[in-house]
Amino acid sequence: MDYKDQTVQAWRRENGRVGVRNHVLILPVDDISNAACEAVANNVKGTMAIPHSYGRLQFGEDLELHFRTIIGTGANPNVAAVVVIGIEPEWTKVIVDGIAKTGKPVEGFSIEQKGDFETIRQASWKAKEYVHWATELQKEECGLTELWVSTKCGESDTTTGLSSCPTVGNMYDKLLPHGLYGCFGETSEITGAEHICADRAANNEARDKFLKTFQAYQDDVIEAHKTSDLSDSQPTKGNILGGLTTIEEKALGNLEKIGRTSTYIDVLEPAEAPARGPGLYYMDTSSAAAECVTLMAAGGYVIHTFPTGQGNVIGNPIVPVIKITGNPRTIRTMSEHVDVDVSGVLKGSQTIDEAGDSLIEMIVRTANGRHVAAEALGHKEFVMTKLYRSA
Amino acid sequence: MTEEPQLLMHDRADNVGVVVVEDLKAGTEMLCRITEDNSTFRMTVLDDVPIGHKVAIVDLVKDDTVIKYGEDIGRMVGDAAKGKHVHVHNLKTKRW
Repeated sequence: MDYKDQTVQAWRRENGRVGVRNHVLILPVDDISNAACEAVANNVKGTMAIPHSYGRLQFGEDLELHFRTIIGTGANPNVAAVVVIGIEPEWTKVIVDGIAKTGKPVEGFSIEQKGDFETIRQASWKAKEYVHWATELQKEECGLTELWVSTKCGESDTTTGLSSCPTVGNMYDKLLPHGLYGCFGETSEITGAEHICADRAANNEARDKFLKTFQAYQDDVIEAHKTSDLSDSQPTKGNILGGLTTIEEKALGNLEKIGRTSTYIDVLEPAEAPARGPGLYYMDTSSAAAECVTLMAAGGYVIHTFPTGQGNVIGNPIVPVIKITGNPRTIRTMSEHVDVDVSGVLKGSQTIDEAGDSLIEMIVRTANGRHVAAEALGHKEFVMTKLYRSA
Repeated sequence: MTEEPQLLMHDRADNVGVVVVEDLKAGTEMLCRITEDNSTFRMTVLDDVPIGHKVAIVDLVKDDTVIKYGEDIGRMVGDAAKGKHVHVHNLKTKRW
């Protein structure tokens, strides 16, 4: 099937990007502003606060990543407008100015010399104004392949490599040639298949960047902190229960997500927005589900495709996370978390090509407004990646 | 409806396959399918093997390289005759 002319009904933002949700965010700069943000979200219905754990006394690369993640989250096209609250005005302004580059409405409030009450009062007025404004924005017809769609798998088992991961790969093989932006990552879970991942680079520059990223991860994270076998974290206990034995086996299944023909054109820092045009990107991320999806959402991706074997339940506050599984036991025991059932691939009643089409259909329906299982169940995991401890 | 396989292999070069049904009992004659080319064969499983777990397609002995997806996924640290369960008790990465 050809998806070149397939359209979805979605919101086109000020910067031309297409969003599939219309959130008014109440965004804390730092951990100690969470309470004020949650109070504003409680005052003004139709807004969402996304509390998190960090933002004070960070420095250097770790601070840059913090800012990039917070700004990227506010800048994501699934967000219509943003109220930013921080303890002090300077860092609050950094976040506001970063988000304002998209052209969307954003205003910052700081708590020092004012207190929570006065900050909440002022921010609530602005939040209410934004809700009225955002709820009158109309959806319009946009191209399916104008969407930015990321992927990461979780609670993998051997069925993910046989069914749900190649389903995502088939989707990418079909949509990337028509202009979709894709993203995969999980540096630790490439271990064992790094030679194959390197060979999937579209050019030597991307290949060298990937190998450098991979080596830095081995040196800075694994060699510096290991006990044994990735401190027994890879494969995880859940992976082993599902039948995965070695990190190589897990990595090979993981890489099925990028399909047969797709190649990546660049390697991104965590939470970095792609800047080389349409195509597939590799992002240097943790393999922990919530951290990884948070980083990809901050990079600007608006829909996430999430293959699972044993049944991961993750969601994200601003990006719908579509769960795909082929494991019939998971379908039987955890169906409330599953959006796309590809167990037919294991039974021989469905081809990977058909499974890929069923995922694309679910991406279209999700873009058009269907809430995914994680949204219906209230999963809003927003988790910052921290590079080292604060000062 | 075509007969549903009990075991799938990714690649012709693989020497293990994956059980894709629940409650598979030792002694079952399995329909095995290779996803690379959709060819099938039959083989008897010698252990009760849970869904998602691997079975030796040929006799494997200690230090043999295990192949899945046509790639090296580790080495045997024990023996597994054709039809036996292959997992953390007899297979380990070569990396550590």
